[in-house]
Amino acid sequence: MSDVTTTRPTAADAAPLPAAALHQPRLPRWTPAALAALALAAGCGIGLGAGMDSTVQWGLIAAVLYVGLTYGLTARVEGRRQAKDRLATSLVWMCFLIAVVPLVSLIWETVARGSKVLDGGFLSHSMAGVLTIQPGGGVYHAIIGTLEQVGIATAIAAPVGLLTAIYLVEYGRGRLARAVTFFVDVMTGVPSIVAGLFILSFWIIMLDNGYSGFAGSMALAILMMPVVVRSTEEMLKLVPNELREASLALGVPKWRTILKVVLPTAIGGIATGVMLAVARVAGESAPIVLLVFGSQAINNNPFEGAQSSLPYYIYEQWAAGNDASYDRAWAAALVLIAFVMILNLVARGIARWKAPKAGR
Amino acid sequence: MNDMDIANSAPADRPPGPASPDLTAAQPAPAQGIRTRKSKTTVRPGDRIFLGLSRGSGILLLVIMAAIAVFLTVRATHALSQDEGNFLTTFEWSANTDPPVFGIAVLAFGTVVSSLIAMLLAVPVAVGIALFISHYAPRRLAAPLSYVIDLLAAVPSIVYGLWGALFLVPHLGGLYGWFDTYFGWTGVLAYHDGAARSLFTIGILLAIMILPIVTSVSREVFRQAPKMHEEAALALGATRWEVIRMAVLPFGRSGVISASMLGLGRALGETMAVATVLSPSFLISTSLLDPGGGTFAQNIASSFKESGETGKDALIASGLVLFVLTLLVNGAARMIIARRKEFS
Amino acid sequence: MAKRIDVSGLSAFYGAHKAIDDISMTVEPRSVTAFIGPSGCGKSTFLRTLNRMHEVTPGGRVEGKVMLDDENLYGSGVDPVSVRRTVGMVFQRPNPFPTMSIYENVAAGIRLNGGRIRKSELDGVVEKSLKGANLWKEVKDRLDKPGAGLSGGQQQRLCIARAIAVEPQVLLMDEPCSALDPISTLAIEDLIGELKERFTIVIVTHNMQQAARVSDRTAFFNLAGVGQPGKLVEIDDTERIFSNPSVQATEDYISGRFG
Repeated sequence: MSDVTTTRPTAADAAPLPAAALHQPRLPRWTPAALAALALAAGCGIGLGAGMDSTVQWGLIAAVLYVGLTYGLTARVEGRRQAKDRLATSLVWMCFLIAVVPLVSLIWETVARGSKVLDGGFLSHSMAGVLTIQPGGGVYHAIIGTLEQVGIATAIAAPVGLLTAIYLVEYGRGRLARAVTFFVDVMTGVPSIVAGLFILSFWIIMLDNGYSGFAGSMALAILMMPVVVRSTEEMLKLVPNELREASLALGVPKWRTILKVVLPTAIGGIATGVMLAVARVAGESAPIVLLVFGSQAINNNPFEGAQSSLPYYIYEQWAAGNDASYDRAWAAALVLIAFVMILNLVARGIARWKAPKAGR
Repeated sequence: MNDMDIANSAPADRPPGPASPDLTAAQPAPAQGIRTRKSKTTVRPGDRIFLGLSRGSGILLLVIMAAIAVFLTVRATHALSQDEGNFLTTFEWSANTDPPVFGIAVLAFGTVVSSLIAMLLAVPVAVGIALFISHYAPRRLAAPLSYVIDLLAAVPSIVYGLWGALFLVPHLGGLYGWFDTYFGWTGVLAYHDGAARSLFTIGILLAIMILPIVTSVSREVFRQAPKMHEEAALALGATRWEVIRMAVLPFGRSGVISASMLGLGRALGETMAVATVLSPSFLISTSLLDPGGGTFAQNIASSFKESGETGKDALIASGLVLFVLTLLVNGAARMIIARRKEFS
Repeated sequence: MAKRIDVSGLSAFYGAHKAIDDISMTVEPRSVTAFIGPSGCGKSTFLRTLNRMHEVTPGGRVEGKVMLDDENLYGSGVDPVSVRRTVGMVFQRPNPFPTMSIYENVAAGIRLNGGRIRKSELDGVVEKSLKGANLWKEVKDRLDKPGAGLSGGQQQRLCIARAIAVEPQVLLMDEPCSALDPISTLAIEDLIGELKERFTIVIVTHNMQQAARVSDRTAFFNLAGVGQPGKLVEIDDTERIFSNPSVQATEDYISGRFG
């Protein structure tokens, strides 16, 4: 050990690194902002000058200019490492902008174009007797369809999903539980159109039933189940074991422990999960195309005859391909987004309000 | 965690001797029935009913999955027996003519190409956003932003489709013309005017649609990257980017891969947005910017209403291929996630 | 090599909360200075202001001056990255990069800072640093194995090797032994004694015996109450602090009469 100590000074002299100077040339703090403004102005200038009609191009030019300018300037002033760092920073910021632009545009377009024909009459009338090229008509029949189909789907999927999650968390052991876990994962990835095809071949082709809202509900239920299972499972796992033990130690049977102690503790999270699943399937249109078939008139009976639904209505009105129907499509899209977003917000509100206090 | 539930709860619940059904489930199967019947006095009826119900639900899920595979296969074999063309290589979808001729070559090409474009566009951006949220954004911006990204996932696909068809498509024409001018010689990026309702546009739209899922999974992984390794890198005099490269990306690599696979699975099966935006044709065009092509899901939705019995069976056959494809991709993603869990 | 640290009027904040208040002290070169004090008194925060690591915590902010010889670490135009390169740090829990081998861990800092470097030169630096951390004999045959496979004490010495490989002026240690067993602790303490011939060392410790064993000078930090900022009570030669401190609070703390 002492020989190491004695040889050290000479070895230290051979250090390959020059001592770093603390003061490195630095660009002023406002540089990125200034460069961004410059690049944006140049992008717009070039776009205008070259007569490009697509603002997407302007944006791309500005982005490339910004990244190039930042890298070049930093590399000159601060050095290569700093330049790379700034390059990464600017790319990451750009990714953020790229994500925000379509979202803002989508919301903006939907609200701006959708509010044109959205009024009380639109919400309370169906398309019965309205030619697609005429203005007028409404989404009442589609709202009824969506509510009924999603309601039935929830009534099927929520109990099954809940019980499966209870099985996995409270009882699950061995091969069966592992198989269920695996296939729940697999089921999450089943495309909605495939769920629709399954009900089509089973319920409509083999059992020879007609198109109906209920057929659509079954497909939606298949899509909902894995989502409910996953979220409920997560929530049940959050329930502290001490609670279960405390109840069992009092001599309460296991099933009552689950019903009276475990579920009430997790109920907020479970409700959130179910509502998010509802929000997800409310926007599904692919199985509806195959199983519910679409209708212009009000059909209050989900078990018999074709119905409509909000997503399907949007598709139909878009396919009609004229200004009046586009207006209706946007308005229905606005209604659908509002519906889904409200469900989401309420679900998250419940989650926050009922969150288990243990989970930070 | 599960092991602990049972291990801790069982002794408190009942006398240790005669095992309850949930305990025997872990042991060799034959013993189960006999033991349960013998220990009638200790297993409460409530427990038995409750276990039966919950286990039954789990089994129901398995049955549904099996039924999906079985029913699709039955209808698909029916369709294949009538197909006069080659199911894999025919460039045509005339399933309602007599004799029916149909093949999935164009659909498979379109599905895979559009989903791959979506992946190529979405994954780098999603990783960027995830890093932005976890490491770059000011804290006041990060929380609302990840919330907004989650909301983006909730927008129904038909609304993306409507936006894509009526807003995105008209805005891409100029860009594609530009691509054509500079990269047209590649053939892949050639563009001959017309509406931009092409596979590439589909790719862009799908990229926007899978962005939220890829972002939120990657974000979680990056957030879990241990702080102490980041500090170690910082203390060595690493810039922020070097910290990410040394201590965050290596840790998150497998998470990002599985996130991309999940996104790919979504993109492969997306129906209505594609059906709304794409202008389908049964040709494989070398140019990805020109309208044409098709995907499995889009073809099913678009041709369903004009289909007779054989036509529907043919669509189901193509749906089966899609099902298998998504199963493979999702299975791969899950396996990567599971392997990663073992390591950490 | 080693430089003097001169702190004057330094306060550090987490958002609106003031963590340490108006600290001034001098840390002599080629010596070991120990920071002691009750939990939450801001000694770790203060340590982290000495290489500008404090500002990477969200909301972290610093006022005051830290002079390294004649340069202010918080002066305008000072690059925090080069500050951290000049002032190395070893953390409470050993944190070798899990994806890198032992060799790569030691070379990590040089790879970052040195740009292009010859393999033989790098080999030399890695060997010298591992020897400097008293780890060479134990790992020389498995340099390509992951650093996470070592024992806790070895990992901590690997982290020290990694920190001294870039030849810093100052080495900060944040409770480097608190996660280690007594034998590994002893190894690290011996190592600190050797390293002080080359570096200015500042060590935060919860263990007063450790402070007495390894340090030349000791600083005692305290806080007036919960929610109050931490303050420097006194700094003096270790012997004096432990035998005849000038402030009553220090004596209370050291003799265990505290709180």
